[in-house]
Amino acid sequence: MKLITAIIKPFKLEEVRTALTDLGLQGMTVTEVKGYGRQKGHTEIYRGAEYAVSFLPKIKMEIVVPSAQVDKALEAIQRAAKTGQIGDGKIFVSPIEHTVRIRTGEADDNAL
Amino acid sequence: MKLNGLIRTAATGAATAALYAWTALPAFAQDAAPAAPPPKLDSGDTAWMLTSMALVLMMTIPGLALFYGGMVRKKNVLSVLMQTFVTTCLVTVLWMIVAYSLAFRTNPDDFYNAYIGGLDRVLLAGMGKDTLQGTIPESVFMCFQMTFAIITPALIIGSIVDRMKFSALVIFMSVWLIVVYAPICHWVWGGGFLAKSGVLDFAGGTVVHINAGIAGLVACLMLGRRTGYKTENMAPFNLVLTVIGASLLWVGWFGFNAGSAVAANGSAGMAMTVTQIATAMAALAWMFAEWLVHGKPSVLGIASGAVAGLVAITPASGFVDPKGALVIGAAAGVGCYISATGLKKLLGYDDSLDVFGVHAIGGIIGALLTGVFAVQAIGGTAGVLEGNFAQLPIQAYGVTATIAWDLVATFVILLILKLTIGIRVSEAAEIEGLDLALHGETVL
Repeated sequence: MKLITAIIKPFKLEEVRTALTDLGLQGMTVTEVKGYGRQKGHTEIYRGAEYAVSFLPKIKMEIVVPSAQVDKALEAIQRAAKTGQIGDGKIFVSPIEHTVRIRTGEADDNAL
Repeated sequence: MKLNGLIRTAATGAATAALYAWTALPAFAQDAAPAAPPPKLDSGDTAWMLTSMALVLMMTIPGLALFYGGMVRKKNVLSVLMQTFVTTCLVTVLWMIVAYSLAFRTNPDDFYNAYIGGLDRVLLAGMGKDTLQGTIPESVFMCFQMTFAIITPALIIGSIVDRMKFSALVIFMSVWLIVVYAPICHWVWGGGFLAKSGVLDFAGGTVVHINAGIAGLVACLMLGRRTGYKTENMAPFNLVLTVIGASLLWVGWFGFNAGSAVAANGSAGMAMTVTQIATAMAALAWMFAEWLVHGKPSVLGIASGAVAGLVAITPASGFVDPKGALVIGAAAGVGCYISATGLKKLLGYDDSLDVFGVHAIGGIIGALLTGVFAVQAIGGTAGVLEGNFAQLPIQAYGVTATIAWDLVATFVILLILKLTIGIRVSEAAEIEGLDLALHGETVL
């Protein structure tokens, strides 16, 4: 099992969700976050007063998938979230030791 | 004052002479004829003034409260709503107790009446159900004027947000109403010396806007800048609130300007027309100026421009025609944009939400241009464009007198407060935010 953590542009969330659902993957956890990478921030001007905003709104999406499906999932996320512009985000993959479905007690791949 | 009177008399000499000749005839004839009947209640006028009172109250709560509330940081939103609300309540009570009488009643002493009204309406004594003010009940007139007295100190809040002690604010608003607002209101609208010298102020360019704007400048200078000014991000909490607030101000302003005709008549209709035109023009002027300078037309910019236009057309609204309104709007949009951005940056004061930049500058632009664009056929007084050059110095005189008293009195009130209870919250409270530090609540 792997945990895929994807940081994406907020308006791409629905496309990425659809792409993952099409693969047969069920469930995800989404958080509204702020951050920056190479895109850095931007400048806002209110009545002539300029403020540098370094943290931009992003979506952090977390999804745990069976190891066999990781590559397909990564490809789907990349395809759906890409605009080609700076600031498209990043995907991190990390190992998961154990999973339990609370309602039934099923474990690991059966719990996904 | 006398000099101004002379200049004015000389310039309008011919017109005045003609007027005297005309009024003299009925005066002689009066020996035989019965005196003119006293004014009777007009239900149309009364209905419109009841409506206007509600519209102008809506300008302060929730209009101004939201306009300002949306512009501060999240940690101070509730404190701004609270400051606006408490000012509404304080002014209402003090207006009833003494301020209405001081502003609008005639002082039995002629000399003092030039500066301050009488005390015969303390606690509204003698104001009955059937007491009339012109063609409307005096109770309606008193309430209508109360809403002007509410919004004027409330406007000052924009310059002191994020850092003023609540206790000091409560005392300041109360004292300022009686020491600054009531006399200046009496000078212009209560039969005081500015009214007698012919200053034109239809709905409160001097009384409300220059008055609040100058007090705001004094207050922000006395308080000092917000902690973190120019180093921290002080971007507005929620401009949706600000746009709702600006829109409520715009709508409510028809009660303010058209209501200042104190009648449902052609004067009110024309005041409404020029208000709408000047506001739209000023909003566009600010938007285009900002677009040109900063590359983007902003939402805060167009909303601020609309308020600037409303301010500037206020003194002019019963006196100018729609073409004059267009010019006044354009001048206010660009003038207030420059003062709220360039001038503020240049001078370095932290007039946080631009009370001086929009209300004092917009008020001055409007008060002076009233003297230029006044049309005799509309408000009974001609301006510079119709050959009455004397009106402009009279307007400048009104502006100067207002600024002088406002500046000195506001400074003294705040100085006394600063030396006694203090006017600024602790730095820790300021950093934590006034919502939690002063009121024990948070917005989200």
